[in-house]
Amino acid sequence: MIDATGLELIARSVRGSLGEGTVRDTVHAHGQATLDVRPEAVRDVLAYLRDDADEPFDFLASLHGCDYFPKEPRLAVHYQLLSTERRERLGVRARMTVEDAEAGTLPTVTDLWATADFQEKETFDFFGVRFTGHEDLRRLHMPEDYEGHPQRRDFPIGGEPVLFTYNEHKVPRWYE
Amino acid sequence: MSNGPLSMPYREREESVTLERMEAPLAGTEVEPDAELFTVNMGPHHPATHGVLRLLCTLEGEVVRDVVPLIGYVHTGIEKSCEDQQYWKAITFVERMDYLAYYFNAYVFCAAVERLLDEEVPARAQYLRVVHMELNRIASHLFWLGTSALDLGAITMLWWTLRDRDSILDLFEMSGGQRLHTRYFQVGGVMEDIPPGWAAKCRDFTANMSTRIDQYEALLDENQIFIERLRNVGIVPQERLRSLGVSGPLMRATGDPWDLRKTMPYCSYEDFDFKIPVGTVGDHYDRYRVRVAEMRESLKIIEQAVDGMPEGPFITSNRKVALPPRHELATSMEALIHHFKLVTEGFRVPPGEVYEAIESPRGELGCFVVADGSSKPARVHMRDPSFVNLQCLPDMARGELIADLVAGIAMLDPILGGIDR
Repeated sequence: MIDATGLELIARSVRGSLGEGTVRDTVHAHGQATLDVRPEAVRDVLAYLRDDADEPFDFLASLHGCDYFPKEPRLAVHYQLLSTERRERLGVRARMTVEDAEAGTLPTVTDLWATADFQEKETFDFFGVRFTGHEDLRRLHMPEDYEGHPQRRDFPIGGEPVLFTYNEHKVPRWYE
Repeated sequence: MSNGPLSMPYREREESVTLERMEAPLAGTEVEPDAELFTVNMGPHHPATHGVLRLLCTLEGEVVRDVVPLIGYVHTGIEKSCEDQQYWKAITFVERMDYLAYYFNAYVFCAAVERLLDEEVPARAQYLRVVHMELNRIASHLFWLGTSALDLGAITMLWWTLRDRDSILDLFEMSGGQRLHTRYFQVGGVMEDIPPGWAAKCRDFTANMSTRIDQYEALLDENQIFIERLRNVGIVPQERLRSLGVSGPLMRATGDPWDLRKTMPYCSYEDFDFKIPVGTVGDHYDRYRVRVAEMRESLKIIEQAVDGMPEGPFITSNRKVALPPRHELATSMEALIHHFKLVTEGFRVPPGEVYEAIESPRGELGCFVVADGSSKPARVHMRDPSFVNLQCLPDMARGELIADLVAGIAMLDPILGGIDR
């Protein structure tokens, strides 16, 4: 388990190799360590942690999105790294505004870990985070003509009329 | 809204959906330019896909050249629904994700919330959780064994394994009142202590079960067809699996002894003596062997946990989190107030976020919970092993016969409720 000092050492080594601005913050809470990283630098930081760091992390356990609404910057993508050798976990988090997320500030990590493919698609589907460089970014769970990103906090929970051929004239433009 | 794709009428929009990418020739496969490729859609309603999984297969004769898994047919928005439920009500929702491993879903969510609350779980509750999770692991593997053998043509196995799974469900019914989706685990412990006679019945089951596993092995291990269908089929290199994020029995079949119960113990798994079965080459046969051997190890854990069950409370005594015992309500005003607060509002969780991971029957089951200080979670995400493991299906199936694709799905053990959530 990484303690608070260990986390600071990791942050220092990342900053030392990739620049002062790459790691914005470190969070150590509930026995878990998280690096808060600038979104543009995520791929470099993860590549560094996987290949070049003194204590590398070889396994990407999970990649998921999160919406911190009403806090700003709202959206975040979390990467859960795991070192199978030292049995340690490290979270990496990139927070960004909705505009930045949709503009494609965040680079893909599918070239580092193939597992990111489905999980980036899912994050795109649910949060509208556009991963630059992903070869086939499309909706995964929702229908491909779905409008909106349902896991955002400002997306309402509720039903929508089911459109069949018999009622499609009766509910004209129900989606507006 | 006016310029989006929805500004078109529905009919036109439907016609504009393109299948170009699916019909386009496959990148990276070596196919003669004049060879005929044939695209076959398999599922979503197909008995061999273990749920509503749709596979778009590209075939050259009978050889699979590419498979694209298409999912989302049972997406029910559980993660979104959890954001509208109090923590103790969300347990009911998360249980329904991976519907064969409901104790694991409930545990990982409760453990994440307990970590956020810094809540200690009594030793007896931890042991009760271990017993139920391991029983659930056996039930899940039994169901997998029955349906997988069915896919390969061995119908008898389904009846045999379901008979034993039923006796596990009887135990669940006795302790929690329900056979499926028991909601037995609570934040801070378990719902109720096990009733008198439960331990004896559980011991009967474990004593019986090891003979039953012998019988299954006698049926399958000496079955020429079964072995021919599995041995040296669907091998994926270990490095590739690691890159794909695969965990659980699929990973252990390649010889990597990674099991979170051993490597990062939780819920007092460090108290028990058990082994991690691993395979050698990582073919379908190894995957089958690893799961069957895991059932035996689970039996050992159950026996040790039932024998060494500590005395004491089965749920935390923190009245801010767990309901007071029923008898206190008649005499204590304070207990009544706590009861009322918990039932109406639920408990509040201080702001924070955690990622909790456990070993489910299919691999690493992670739960990411964000609390914003209210009594409802701001975000619940499940890292479901079926969802991540599904990505290795194309690697397993490419270059093999389509009949082996069916065996591949069976050995992958995907649960679509967990994949789509």
